[in-house]
Parts: sequence; C-alpha cells; structure tokens
Amino acid sequence: MTRMELVQGNEAVVKAAINAGCRFYAGYPITPSSEIMHLMAKEMPRVGGVFIQMEDEITSIAAAIGASMAGKIAMTATSGPGFSLMQENIGYAAMAEIPVVIVDVMRVGPSTGIPTAPSQGDVMQARYGSHGDYPIIVLSPSDVLDSYVLTAKAFYLAEKYRTPVILLTDEIIGHMRESVNLPNIERVEKNMPILGEGRKLHYTGLANENGFAIYEPEKYERLIKRLFNKIECAKDVISYKIENPDAKTMIFAYGSPYRTAKAVLKIAKNVGIFKAETVFPFPERALKKASKDVEKIIVPEMNVGKIVNEVKRVVGDSCQVVSVTKLAQLVDPQAILKVIE
Amino acid sequence: MNVKDYLVNLPHTWCAGCGNGIILGAFIRAFKKSGIDKDKLVVVSGIGCSGRVTQYLNFDAVHTTHGRALAFATGIKLANPELKVVVMMGDGDALAIGGNHFIHSARRNIDLTVIIFNNSVYGMTGGQQSPTTQLNAKTATTPYGNLENPFNVVDLAIAAGATYVARCTTFHVKKLEKSIVEALLHKGFSVIEVITGCPTQQKVKPAELIKLQKNIKPIGVFKKEEKEEFVDKYLKLVKSVKTEKL
Repeated sequence: MTRMELVQGNEAVVKAAINAGCRFYAGYPITPSSEIMHLMAKEMPRVGGVFIQMEDEITSIAAAIGASMAGKIAMTATSGPGFSLMQENIGYAAMAEIPVVIVDVMRVGPSTGIPTAPSQGDVMQARYGSHGDYPIIVLSPSDVLDSYVLTAKAFYLAEKYRTPVILLTDEIIGHMRESVNLPNIERVEKNMPILGEGRKLHYTGLANENGFAIYEPEKYERLIKRLFNKIECAKDVISYKIENPDAKTMIFAYGSPYRTAKAVLKIAKNVGIFKAETVFPFPERALKKASKDVEKIIVPEMNVGKIVNEVKRVVGDSCQVVSVTKLAQLVDPQAILKVIE
Repeated sequence: MNVKDYLVNLPHTWCAGCGNGIILGAFIRAFKKSGIDKDKLVVVSGIGCSGRVTQYLNFDAVHTTHGRALAFATGIKLANPELKVVVMMGDGDALAIGGNHFIHSARRNIDLTVIIFNNSVYGMTGGQQSPTTQLNAKTATTPYGNLENPFNVVDLAIAAGATYVARCTTFHVKKLEKSIVEALLHKGFSVIEVITGCPTQQKVKPAELIKLQKNIKPIGVFKKEEKEEFVDKYLKLVKSVKTEKL
C-alpha cells in the first residue's frame, strides 16, 4: 500500500489534507507557504474540490469558514503577516463553532521580518491572536511525516469539536524534503448541520444560544465555559512523545527544535525529550507527570522564549527551567549541550 | 402571503422610521415571487444595523464579521453551487471595510445577489461619516462638514464587473421589489443599491427622509448583462480536469 517517497513538508500538508477529505482551499500567496497553495490549485479540481485564490488572507479564511458551513471540509494556509490578518475570523470560527484548519508556515517577524527565515515567533499569537476569550487547538509538527500525520489530526479534531485548528509549521519544515513512508489516513466526516438542508440555521459571531444573540452575563459565561470545556476535557486532543523518561535532564521541544533535541540525544547521555505535538491546549498534566523526577528542563525555541513560560508555569519550583533561544535559524545542538553540563 | 411567515426572533431592534424593515419586507415579497426554494436560500450579512437582518429572517442565515460577508458568501456558494446566496450589507460594511471584497467579488462575477442598505451613515456606532456620505454633510466624525467625495455605488459596481446593477430607494417600494426579483433570477454578480435613511443619526424626520428619497435620481436598472458566471466556469474546469490520484 505505502511506499517510500521524497516529500516536502508543505507537500505533505496537501497530501494529508486531501486524503483526510479536505475539499475546499482558499488562500492568498505568501512565502514560505506558497507551495501548499500551488499544489492545492493543481489537485483540488482533480478531486472535485474547490480552490480559490482570494484577494487577501482575511477573505481566505472567511471563504473557508463559509465553505465549512455549507458542507465542505475546508482549510487555508499562510505565514506570519497573513496569519495576523486572519485573527478576527479565527475568533469567529471559535464562537460560531465552525470547523476550519489554518496552516501557518512561520517566518520571522514582526512585520515583514526576514523573508524568509524560519521562526516560532507566532506560537502565542496562535493561542491568543484573536480578541476575547476562546479556546483553540494548536498542533506543531517537527518533520515531514509529522506534517502529514498532524495535518490529518487537525482535520479530525476540527470536525469532531467544531473548532478552528491551527497547524504551526515553519520555513524549515515547510521547505525540507525527507524520504518518508506516508501511512494511510482515515477520511474525516462532517459532524454538523450544514446550510441548504432546510434546517433554517443561524450562524453568528454574537454570543448566542442556538444561533440567536444573548446578552445576559450568566448565559455568556456558560457559553464560554462550554467552549473551553469542549476542547480542554477532550481526551484525543493532546498528543506528545517522551523519550528516555528516566533521564534527569529533559528537553521540552515542539516544532523544528525537536530535531535539535534528537541530535543532542545522540551525543549526550542521561537526557530525555518531551516532544509536544499539541502545543495548545498546553499538555499540562503530561508534563507535570513526566517532570516529576527531572532536575532540569531545557526549552529550545526559535523565538525570544515563549513556551518556556508555559513550562515554568506548569513545573513551578519543582525543577530548573532553562530557555535556549535562537532567532531566524535553527537552534544549534551545541547551545543545548552547553546548558546540560 | 404574509411577510411575517418568513420572520423570526421579533421584535427587531431597528429604530422607529428606519428603512431597513421596508427593504426586508420588499425582499421577502420578491423572494416569494422569484419561486426560489426556501430551503436553498442562504442570507449572509455583515455587521451594523443592516447586519441584523439575518437574526430576523427565517431562512438559513449567516451573520458574519464586519465587511467580510461577501467572502463568507463566496465560500458558501462555491461549496454548494445549488444554493441561492443573498448578501445584505450597509454602506460602511460593503464599501469601506468591505470595499476590497466588493470590487473583487464583482470582478469574478460570482453568482451572488447583493443588497446594499445605503443610509450614508454608520447608524449603529453613532452616526459617523461613511463612504457614501455626501460632501459637506455633518456627521459625528465630520462636525465641520465632510471633506471626502462619496462613492457612486452604481458606477463602482459596473466598473468592477457586476453584471446586474440597480439603484432604488425605500420610497419606490414596488420598483425595489421588482428589482430584487430580477437580481435574484440573474445569474452572476447582482447589486442593488437601496437608498434609505437613518432618522436617528441624520436627525431628520422619517417622513422627510421618505420625501427626500422620492426625488433621488437616477434610479432604475443600469446594467444587465449575460456573462459566464464564476462558479459555472469552475465547475466546467473540474469536469475538464482528468481525475488522477495525487
């Protein structure tokens, strides 16, 4: 069934999306995500799906949300500047409970930054970028196979929990080619009433009950708590991998710095890895459990140190937490080895 | 037929003398005349007083974000071409924050029917200047008079590529109804600019507003062109592309 093939990270996203049942892509060109759009333009008509190039990223996500309401499994992809433009409608999808997958192939910012160097600078924007209180799922692959598997998972979770799901990759993963054996993935089914079935649906970004606006603070609070519980109580949202669980030093990594962590493991002894595939909701319980007997946690990131604060919040004073950061390029294994000693 | 059969969630929040109800009534009567299946109609709105229409219409209805109704509608129409998608927006919604989407949707000639509730002012947020506010008009944000030129919505829609373009007012209710029927049955991007008033923010009595609208010229249909529509073109493309495994 499966065979080895040379696949690019961005390409893996498209393959997984189509195999998972995605049949609507709306986007706006931006490096380093453009390969996703190019492939979608070619492949979507072939599978009877829809591809449209919109006038900007605001409308790209809006069209994807509209298509999702009308029955298609839908996505868009972008990079930092476009991701910023999408934020308002990400909040809309969270509030109106519309499934949509957003891929952010991260590049350095702020603003135009260095086009196109890699970064993990958008990780907190992925969590908190839209206004107001809302839950969201953020997945972060660290190689081509991950890009494939986690894209499929993103669609599964988006449809199951009727929520926007963000796949955070970066320039390294997006443009890297690896020899992979892509597994079969199950097709995702639409899990919601759709427009055009005579149900007289009403979707709105207003705080609502059954589609109609509510203004009472108590009802609003109940709504927001339900939205959070939906994501945070789910058993299949958080995925992570632990290597060398008995080691006293642990590297907490997500995205491409996981590759650095793997390199470190080849050199250093008595080092473990906590690889977070789901960045948000933050894998609190798993990390607490995994770090029980750990003395030092090293958090390599391609930003000024963001998720390290989440790690500190979770482990408290139980162990030492060290941030290793590198901007606009991959973290060097030597930088991690230095703080291990 | 009773207009109320198509309404829910009443009473509405519009002010006494607001023209939005007149447009909504005309739309419901026009829809009934058009013969379109009520289960295949989706109404999409943005934000503002006009955006509230989706709360009251007993059809599939989508209340979106400010200015982006056309983008959501584009996704809905492409996802299910069987649907008749009607987009209702205010002048600020359609032409300021949503101006880019308005011209690009027109350029595509995608099969959407757009009704612009043009009262030349931001009603809900407190009477600020909009892209259709007349030159020298005083508003909350132009206390010394408006320095900007207003859009001519009909000219803009035609220049951008809309294939049905009409202008009407809330005084000319029968003409409005007829025009909405035509727009609903038109294949392609159809635009109806409905000139209405905001008695609350413009501080003009409703009866005076209606009198002003009586004299608005020109009204009527300014463009009606048969031209291949975007979704149809896309479906043809899908048919022509050989299905291959990725």
